[in-house]
Amino acid sequence: MAEVKNLRTGAETGLSALFESGRKSFAAEEAIGREEAFKFFEATGLPSRRVEAFKYTDLRAAITDAAPPAEAPSAEAARTAVAVAKGFATIEAARLTFVNGHLVRALSDLSGLPEGVTVTPINDAMGKGDARLKRLAPVEQARENAIYQLNTAFLADGVLIGVTAGAKPDLPLHMRFVNTGSEPFSTATRVLVDLADGAELSVLESHEGPDGLTYQPNDALDVHIGKGSVFRHSRTNTEGSAAVALSTISVKLDDEAELETVAVVTGAVLSRHQIFLNIAGENTKVVVNGAAMLRDGQLADSTLLADHAAVGGVGREQFKTVIDGNATGVFQGKIIVRQAAQQTDGKMKSDCLLLTDEGQMMNKPELEIFADDVACGHGATCGAPDEDLLFYLMARGLPRPLAQSLLVQAFLGEAIETVTHEGAREALIGEIDAWLHARG
Amino acid sequence: MPAVQETIDRVRSIDLDQYKYGFETTIEMEKSEKGISEDVVRFISAKKNEPEWLLEWRLDAYRRWLTMKEPEWARVSYDKVDYNDIYYYAAPKRPAAMSLDEIDPEILKTYEKLGIPLREVEVLEGIAPERRVAVDAVFDSVSVATTFKKELEKAGVIFMPISEAVREHPELVKKYLCSVVPATDNFFATLNTAVFSDGSFVYIPPGVRCPMELSTYFRINERDTGQFERTLIIADKGSYVSYLEGCTAPKRDDNQLHAAVVELVALDDAEIKYSTVQNWYPGDNDGKGGIYNFVTKRGDCRGDRSKISWTQVETGSAITWKYPSCILRGDDSRGEFYSIAVSNGMQQVDSGTKMIHLGKNTTSRIISKGISAGRSQNTYRGLVSAHKKAKGARNFTNCDSLLIGDQCGAHTVPYIESKNASAVFEHEATTSKISEDQKFYCLQRGLSEEEATALIVNGFVRDVLQQLPMEFAVEAQKLISISLEGSVG
Repeated sequence: MAEVKNLRTGAETGLSALFESGRKSFAAEEAIGREEAFKFFEATGLPSRRVEAFKYTDLRAAITDAAPPAEAPSAEAARTAVAVAKGFATIEAARLTFVNGHLVRALSDLSGLPEGVTVTPINDAMGKGDARLKRLAPVEQARENAIYQLNTAFLADGVLIGVTAGAKPDLPLHMRFVNTGSEPFSTATRVLVDLADGAELSVLESHEGPDGLTYQPNDALDVHIGKGSVFRHSRTNTEGSAAVALSTISVKLDDEAELETVAVVTGAVLSRHQIFLNIAGENTKVVVNGAAMLRDGQLADSTLLADHAAVGGVGREQFKTVIDGNATGVFQGKIIVRQAAQQTDGKMKSDCLLLTDEGQMMNKPELEIFADDVACGHGATCGAPDEDLLFYLMARGLPRPLAQSLLVQAFLGEAIETVTHEGAREALIGEIDAWLHARG
Repeated sequence: MPAVQETIDRVRSIDLDQYKYGFETTIEMEKSEKGISEDVVRFISAKKNEPEWLLEWRLDAYRRWLTMKEPEWARVSYDKVDYNDIYYYAAPKRPAAMSLDEIDPEILKTYEKLGIPLREVEVLEGIAPERRVAVDAVFDSVSVATTFKKELEKAGVIFMPISEAVREHPELVKKYLCSVVPATDNFFATLNTAVFSDGSFVYIPPGVRCPMELSTYFRINERDTGQFERTLIIADKGSYVSYLEGCTAPKRDDNQLHAAVVELVALDDAEIKYSTVQNWYPGDNDGKGGIYNFVTKRGDCRGDRSKISWTQVETGSAITWKYPSCILRGDDSRGEFYSIAVSNGMQQVDSGTKMIHLGKNTTSRIISKGISAGRSQNTYRGLVSAHKKAKGARNFTNCDSLLIGDQCGAHTVPYIESKNASAVFEHEATTSKISEDQKFYCLQRGLSEEEATALIVNGFVRDVLQQLPMEFAVEAQKLISISLEGSVG
């Protein structure tokens, strides 16, 4: 029977050419497996809707050109771009600054970090053969993912963040990713966070760039949470209106580890945020939330895989999407409970508010369960704001748009109220307000 | 929490080793040559005395099928079928029977053993004569008997083997066959279109409420054969029909293929209720033998205010690949899907439904209960989608699974696609989601939490089983009181 083989697209051939020409300049880094990653990509190509995991986000169709990797910006250009960066700007924090995917050391607090926290530029670590590089890519499923493998193949910059055992710094660490320029470019950054036992760290991550510029950021965050450690993470995507923003978080949790991560999306014409969790330790606690607010032409995809491999894990995953105009929201969530993961308590929910008739929401909440003593559930809802609730507010004198805004705020708020860091929580609520305000 | 002992015992009682329909009937059979080719397609068509147009349909489908690939997306793994190593047509050698007395007594005995009444008189003398069922009995590739034909004719209802309908009502068959499941729909449906042998044809005229339940009983008997039945049910304006389907097969060490297609068409204000108790031989405890059940079932609510309801109790088959679906085309039409799927031993089930909302104010409801035991894998896979024009569409989905033992797996893969704001979709899959208020009410009255849950869940499961006509409810009864403690989404 006939076998149909996809022809390679211009973007795919372009990426191969870029990899070949970049090969000479790549740092020597056997640990990260750049060549294997590219081989993987060469074999699979850009994922299309025929690939189940990309059913609703067809990267093969969306990425028509292979944008060249961004050059490191001049000191001046970096300063100008960072001066107007807004994400988490008012929060007191130690900062690491990336402009067009390159670490800007002059604008980063590489020294004077809170006690117990170390930051090593990934290029330095690769030069020295840092043993922690082995902790990259902590989740097997991420290594079978085209976006993540492209990040590995083109990895240009990043940092290794270490937190020593028992250290609990007060200040959060803010990683700001700012994009600027006038020509199309792509970035590939990788951050590794390694928390030793009993440590705690809050990380804020902001991603922004100018409207109208076609650029393709691909950011990956690998986290290893040691025994009894806590990692808190808030992320905003306010990328420019023409950006295709791809991002991956992969996390491995040891015994009694805790993870809290929330991602707020308002930017990029197409974004895909992937979360891969390897719940290897017992009695872990995981909170994964997301809030996406979309306008005309946008597509935002949140893809989650929580792989419970040990006893007693508690997982709470909540995703909220608000769609205004002709935009598409995608949620794909999968909870795997392996045979050993008895007493897993997992709840996953995706809710969507469609404010106009043109919007669409694609939900795929999956469960794959091999243990018999578990309580797992998923829920998905989708619809317009409740007319009764609107009426209630309007009867109290609020004009309809304001009543709707209040409902939207309350709806999205549920995904954000779990954020422990007060400043981060307020900043995220600020993002919601700004989006609603811009909507008018 | 894990399943309680009572539930475990009950599931064990419907264990594979107790498959009581596994006997074989020895009978002289006439078969097509082994394998598939244009000649075999022509042979089947000639055997059925078919008009030229149908043969052309079959040949087109066959040529199309040659270019298609077997689907691999389902969560099942099995040794691939060698499509050239099976017989596509097998029929008892005795000439077609005009009355029951002419039917090969061995076949009659087979149906008696299965508890299927082919003699109308026996039914009439039954204890509940008002619950009469007209039966079409399909034995391998042919229909051997259809009961109550005369009485149905009086009401204007056409109920006959599809091979007969092709000759007697070609205009209806031509108009509706392949109109719900196109010949090119999928690998197995296309294969079925090329080689389908027998199945039932039902037409209910406008405004008629079918005077009795209609039923088809499928039996695979012959070794190395595949069964490719085709069922077409048309409910004309304002009519109603309830249709039941049952199936069994002998115990054998090798796998047999069953690739059926069922098409339902409901016109304005019509209602079709389709119930299945699927009890094909599931293979032994080590996964040896059993039926590959690759079935395409689809209903088209073509008219306004029409309704199609699928109820299925799935206990058999080694591999199940089955998604009874509703296309809600007419405004205010309604689709329902009630399913209980029990897997045991090495069975693999990948089943669910599709509710495709196209018309305004269409509603659908999906209730699915999956129970896996032994080393089986049980997957619910479903799609709910609302088209831009499907204003006011509503869906409620609830799928629960229960695992018994730690060697099996339960999976849920729902796709929920909403393309307009006025559509309201709800999907839930937790027991705790079953109304906290109800539970609180029961607790207030002194029930323990477990009792309260059991009461609510049982009430709810009974709701599903009430969808089954009484004849089938008996078989399903065994599952009734399987409470869903320890359920997971």
